[in-house]
Amino acid sequence: MRILVCVKQIPDPANPSRFDPETHRLIRTEDQILDDTDRYGVEMGLRLAEAGGGSVTLMSMGPVGRAQGIRQALAMGADQAVMIEDENLEGSDALTTARILAAAAEQTGFDLIICGTESTDGYSGVVPQMIAELLGVAALTYATRVEVADDQVTIHRQTSAGYDVVISGLPAVVSVTAGVVEPRYPTFRGIMQAKRKPTETLSASDLGVFISIGQEVVSVLPAPEREAGMIAEDEGEGHLLILEKLREVKVI
Amino acid sequence: MAEVWTFCEETDGGPSSLGLELLTKARKLGSATVLYVGAGSPQAWQVLGEHGASRVFHFNHGETLAAAPVSTATAALAADHSPDVILFGQAYTDRDVAGRLAARLGSPVLSNAVDVTLDSAGRVGSRHEISGGSEIAEAVFSSSGPHLVIARPKSFAAEPVGGPTPEVVPMDLPDVGRSNAVITERHVRERKGPDLEEAAVIVSGGRGLGAAEHYSLVEGVAAPLGAATGATRAIVDAGWVPYAKQVGQTGKTVKPDVYIACGISGAMQHLVGMKDAKTIIAINKDPDAPIFTIADLGIVGDVHKVMPKLIRELSAG
Repeated sequence: MRILVCVKQIPDPANPSRFDPETHRLIRTEDQILDDTDRYGVEMGLRLAEAGGGSVTLMSMGPVGRAQGIRQALAMGADQAVMIEDENLEGSDALTTARILAAAAEQTGFDLIICGTESTDGYSGVVPQMIAELLGVAALTYATRVEVADDQVTIHRQTSAGYDVVISGLPAVVSVTAGVVEPRYPTFRGIMQAKRKPTETLSASDLGVFISIGQEVVSVLPAPEREAGMIAEDEGEGHLLILEKLREVKVI
Repeated sequence: MAEVWTFCEETDGGPSSLGLELLTKARKLGSATVLYVGAGSPQAWQVLGEHGASRVFHFNHGETLAAAPVSTATAALAADHSPDVILFGQAYTDRDVAGRLAARLGSPVLSNAVDVTLDSAGRVGSRHEISGGSEIAEAVFSSSGPHLVIARPKSFAAEPVGGPTPEVVPMDLPDVGRSNAVITERHVRERKGPDLEEAAVIVSGGRGLGAAEHYSLVEGVAAPLGAATGATRAIVDAGWVPYAKQVGQTGKTVKPDVYIACGISGAMQHLVGMKDAKTIIAINKDPDAPIFTIADLGIVGDVHKVMPKLIRELSAG
């Protein structure tokens, strides 16, 4: 089974990025790490490949010349990576990202594409569904459990009331929620091997994708600030201040 | 007059509160049509009419996963009717339909909107909270319509206007071939205590509680207040509490009268889900925790010392 896992490198959240006041685009910090939520997709891909036989290929669109986060995912055990880098893709919207990833998936070939539910930095939350539509396959979304057997994929799909069991044939796209499986930590051997694993770098034109971005950020303004509250050190009576506040707002 | 379509997934046998919020916004922008997904009923149509819907396209998807057939049918409808805007909510099925529809129409979709604007020239814009709500980005569509926008829950208040029952158009679901997926079982998790999204008071816990068993402190404070209990993504991912309790970007958006954050540092992903609470009380031992920048009352202290005393006082009445 050919499993593709979409992953994203994001600026290290410990080192926050800013918006450029001129272009309204993210100024990314130099450090690029694997989006924490993507570790669940990678883990799920590895488990399915280990259980049913198959390969795990990472697919990632990201900043030119950065592979630190991809190596993290290779070190977990993925077999290879396809990276799409193109200066023209800077500031891409969700649809452009999905077109790129769908084209790369078509070129690579796949039975199952695994994505996270949404990235931690952009969180549009629609890329997996867009990829599925562009490829003409089912999207089984918000999966908290994934099983593959007999050319069929079964998931538990998170709903507001609980979960539904949802089934489709292969090929398909699955988006997984964080917490679906416990991601493994790379071993030393994994980290060493990651450096020698095959990676392929493609541009948008290699994939025949014409870039057109249909939305524009026109301004970024500070949100109205909340009035500063009272901050007090607890010296044994902090709970009394809370009770007083609860009385003041008539909750008790 | 602008034509604005809104998505509404049936919840507990009627229109979801999110769907009614979007509909209220839509009717203020123009003529409102609802894309209704679910079994439907005369009562449901009446409620949609009361909230200003002039027309309903009804998709009864049964055991088929709605996204692929509904987006395929909606794309065909959009080609015939040319709506200016199609509004979705930041919710599971909404996002699935919006994503597939955007790809099918070749239209961009703007996510995480907190407002939608339509100027006299028909230009559609939207406002988005970014960086945990500390900044507002204004975006405009430079492409032609229909413009797809996904709004965060509780961005608009649902208000009835007392309109008549709308015209209801039953829609056939097209065969989507390989895109088809089927729901074989539905599981409803039993709910304990008040619903997070409706509760007037919420007590939430984060990693600062230290261990899963200390979540009982959160429940201990919540019980005498009749409050709902919430959690951060960190402790949901760690498996301490179920996902249904998660407040934040990837969880629920809440606007209670009082939000008590216990051992929560205030990661952006959490703040966007709760910062619009009327009163925020925070207990955290790190004085530099970002939660204190939005708290009305912040107690710098150990949750294990403050909360047991608070529970005793509250329980004593």
